[in-house]
Amino acid sequence: MTALASRSGRSTPGDTRRRLVVIGNGMAGARAVEEILARGGAVQHRITMFGDEPYGNYNRIMLSHVLSGEEDAGGIFLNSLDWYRENDITLHAGVRVDKIDRFAKLVFSDDGRATPYDVLIIATGSRSFMPPVEGLYTPGGRLLPGVFAFRTIDDTRGMVSYAQQDHRRRAVVIGGGLLGLEAARGLQSHGVDVDVVHSGGHLMNAQMGPDGGAVLRRSVEALGIRVHTSSRTTAILGGDRVRGVQLRDAPDIECDMVVVAAGIRPNVEVAVTSGLPVERAIVVDDHMRVPDEDEIYAVGECVQHRGEVYGLVAPLWEQAAVLADHVTGANPKATYLGSRTATKLKVAGVDVASMGLQAPERDTDEHVVFSEPSRGVFKSIVIRDSKIVGATLLGDSRKVAYLTQAFDRGLPLPEERVSLLFDLGGPGEEAGVAELDGDAQVCNCNGVSKQAITDTVRGGCTTLSGVMDATRAGKGCGSCKLLVRQVVEWAADGAVEEDPAAAYYVPGVPLEKAALMTAIREQGLRSVSAVFAALAPGGAEDAKSKMGLASLLKMMWAGEYIDERDARFVNDRVHANIQRDGTFSVVPQMKGGVTSPEQLRRIADVADKYNIPMVKLTGGQRIDLLGVPKEDLPRVWADLDMPSGYAYGKSFRTVKTCVGQEFCRFGTGDSTKLGIEIESRFQGIESPAKLKLAVSGCPRNCAESLVKDVGVVAVDGGRWEIYVGGAAGAHIRKGDLLATVDDPETVKLLAGRFMQYYRERANWLERTYSFVPRVGIEHLRAVIVDDAEGLAAQLDAAMQESVDAYVDPWAERNDPFTPGQFRTSLPLEVLPQVPVR
Amino acid sequence: MRTELFSDPQAGRLHVLGPVDQIPVGEGRAYGVAGEQVAVFRLRDGSLRAMSAVCPHKGGPIADGTIDRTVVVCPLHQHAFELETGCSTTGAGPLRSYPVFADESQNIIVRLP
Ligand SMILES: Cc1cc2nc3c(=O)[nH]c(=O)nc-3n(C[C@H](O)[C@H](O)[C@H](O)COP(=O)(O)OP(=O)(O)OC[C@H]3O[C@@H](n4cnc5c(N)ncnc54)[C@H](O)[C@@H]3O)c2cc1C
Ligand code: FES
Repeated sequence: MTALASRSGRSTPGDTRRRLVVIGNGMAGARAVEEILARGGAVQHRITMFGDEPYGNYNRIMLSHVLSGEEDAGGIFLNSLDWYRENDITLHAGVRVDKIDRFAKLVFSDDGRATPYDVLIIATGSRSFMPPVEGLYTPGGRLLPGVFAFRTIDDTRGMVSYAQQDHRRRAVVIGGGLLGLEAARGLQSHGVDVDVVHSGGHLMNAQMGPDGGAVLRRSVEALGIRVHTSSRTTAILGGDRVRGVQLRDAPDIECDMVVVAAGIRPNVEVAVTSGLPVERAIVVDDHMRVPDEDEIYAVGECVQHRGEVYGLVAPLWEQAAVLADHVTGANPKATYLGSRTATKLKVAGVDVASMGLQAPERDTDEHVVFSEPSRGVFKSIVIRDSKIVGATLLGDSRKVAYLTQAFDRGLPLPEERVSLLFDLGGPGEEAGVAELDGDAQVCNCNGVSKQAITDTVRGGCTTLSGVMDATRAGKGCGSCKLLVRQVVEWAADGAVEEDPAAAYYVPGVPLEKAALMTAIREQGLRSVSAVFAALAPGGAEDAKSKMGLASLLKMMWAGEYIDERDARFVNDRVHANIQRDGTFSVVPQMKGGVTSPEQLRRIADVADKYNIPMVKLTGGQRIDLLGVPKEDLPRVWADLDMPSGYAYGKSFRTVKTCVGQEFCRFGTGDSTKLGIEIESRFQGIESPAKLKLAVSGCPRNCAESLVKDVGVVAVDGGRWEIYVGGAAGAHIRKGDLLATVDDPETVKLLAGRFMQYYRERANWLERTYSFVPRVGIEHLRAVIVDDAEGLAAQLDAAMQESVDAYVDPWAERNDPFTPGQFRTSLPLEVLPQVPVR
Repeated sequence: MRTELFSDPQAGRLHVLGPVDQIPVGEGRAYGVAGEQVAVFRLRDGSLRAMSAVCPHKGGPIADGTIDRTVVVCPLHQHAFELETGCSTTGAGPLRSYPVFADESQNIIVRLP
């Protein structure tokens, strides 16, 4: 390579700072840099980072939640690209380092660059271990389509999009450890059946003994995951893509995808090639320095310290702090002596925590065990010299926080050992919290100590969510939330303010929805300003609360609502959807997705006449005219002469249909007719969040009824199934079956009753896919189908009132509701200029 | 502050934007003033506020925002800005704020530097 040493991007000739280069932009590398910056390291160092992944640093732990759809991939970034810029760090994202020249002090990367360093940090982490299984790779050396590792954002995104393709039905996860089980659970949420194939004799054998493993197996199987233990995968079947796996002593399993979670291997190639000491991983001393190399440090999963290689984040926080103490000289005496690790399984419905030893090792070790397999509960604690040296806890998380801390800190234990397993009036959680040292780590994901939380509380922040925001504690995997709460309670000496704000319907009025509705009704508050005046602290308006209140009042008062337009979001003021450039999109109503040549001709004429930049078919079977300036809206509507399709509001949006029995040879019910009727009935009603519906004429489900807020499917025998709470946007969820009914009239009745119940009970902006699981489908069936609470008549009447109050908002084209309703707000060119006085 | 506006014409130029009731109560409208784009808001207590009309975040139309007594919230990504100072309460850059009032005949008068 002939590349000249390139100076890091923004260096100036007079810059005499030491050049700090970091290889690996993952959790350890970025954390080490944060620790260095926190010690004033930017004054001494000009920092350059290389990262193989083309992103800023993200919270890898959260990939389990991204896979299960609980978290959005965009939401897990810990360091945005702005962070690097603000801290004057040169980031080479998507660039891999191949080799270090320790003598010339240069780092060579795969973009042909040679970067000089004075101090080097290696933080290359690990990768998924790919066991030697036949058929895993294509002849070209790539993973066979359908085979995935589970390590990076790209892996996770790949899995999600692959699992969501229509015909994917079954996945096999190779590996029944922590990661494998999280992968299995995550895949299930995309509607695929999952088998876990595990070579060990029991699940999570690295963390627990066979007794615990057996109990865990029952709990995992209860979630619908098939488990094959002592089973080795010998081949991936398929050829062009995954079609199955072959097991050593068992029949083949047919499947569409394979996720390999069979352990990890440290990334040590760079270190090996460059002649650094590598055993199982890169060897470091108690200063996190590579032996005999004064200026080379390593941190994270790629290191071996005193013979240990870790696969969790907690050790890496401790390592990064020690490393930063040495790199900056802040504390030349700092030493890292190793970490005790505790792990938790982040799978909803199966509580597993494990730490330290699985079983007693010495004759003098005590072992306290409790097992109740039928309830999925198993607890085992290993005690040495009156300290906990190991614990496995399944199915009951109540003592986990206390035991984890007792384990971490070597707390003295109660004489009566049974109180370790159960609350018997022994040292409760609080006692445990009080005894913790200040530097005890409470949140492992974000490395927040008890002291940091205590300081925040003493600084005046006494709500749980306030402390979580301020410290980031509890905002990683979330499993420490209980402990964070306990520390906050302890630090506030019982004076914790419940964070009631979280439950408010809107932030500016301190009431939950039910109480708010009662107050509104009792005091006859018919406008948003009246609600603020009567119910907000100091009568103060709150911009962020207006839209939610406007929606609620309209729902409650229908025709009697006093419509103050300033309370509306701009979309609802001008009945169109604002776009990124300040123009609007216009979607005319097309009931059930059925149109006519005449309508199409008019739409085409309008598009021509107003130079509409883009005409697009929407997912809801309508036509979207994009890029319409606000001032053109009234004329566009007039020329279209069609009613609003409500593509902008938090309201009933559309009913998607398939062609149904009239034309389709498979159709069993008249889906288009029913779809049109539903849309005609519920058009425009406002709701806590948008409502998208569909009616399919047969179980082939061409209108995607299973993933709609309300979805209807015609089934054999002229009957109709009604599903609620489905979604297929940022969040994917199959709807729950509310009822199967005999005729279209009942469909309309029950759909309306469900929507009204949702309108009255759901939180602002809570989609049905959250609402339905929150209240539970059994409860909904009881209320809506069986009328168990006697609410049906009232719900039906309220919905009827809203239906009656409907007016097409586009009728305002001839008679603007407010002055300048359609005047441009983006005065980029054509504003009337006013004279100078 | 408002009297000062009259007594010190050097401090800026006054512009008449026309009658106050062009702006519905609780909303804003945009004006082109001497080449500047200015959003004027009419609060529910009747007072006026004026600020630059283009959101520093990504150019959103501030006049289309939702307001209360203290802030305007941009319609595009919901950054909030203090109506008095233009400072963002959500970490975006600031908007410029301009002195504004209604004269005896209920015309909007704004002063630009
Ligand atoms: C799905 C999942 C769930 C997890 N859950 C938990 C959990 O609940 N609790 C827990 O404690 N831990 C968990 N972990 C483990 C945790 O994420 C790791 O311990 C942590 O990320 C290790 O940090 P690191 O910086 O050492 O490695 P990484 O975060 O992997 O970072 C290393 C980075 O270096 C880059 N790199 C490697 N080689 C080069 C090179 N030559 N040039 C340039 N860049 C390079 C890599 O691309 C990578 O971005 C989980 C891991 C996964 C995958
Ligand atoms: S443009 Fe105003 S918030 Fe983004």
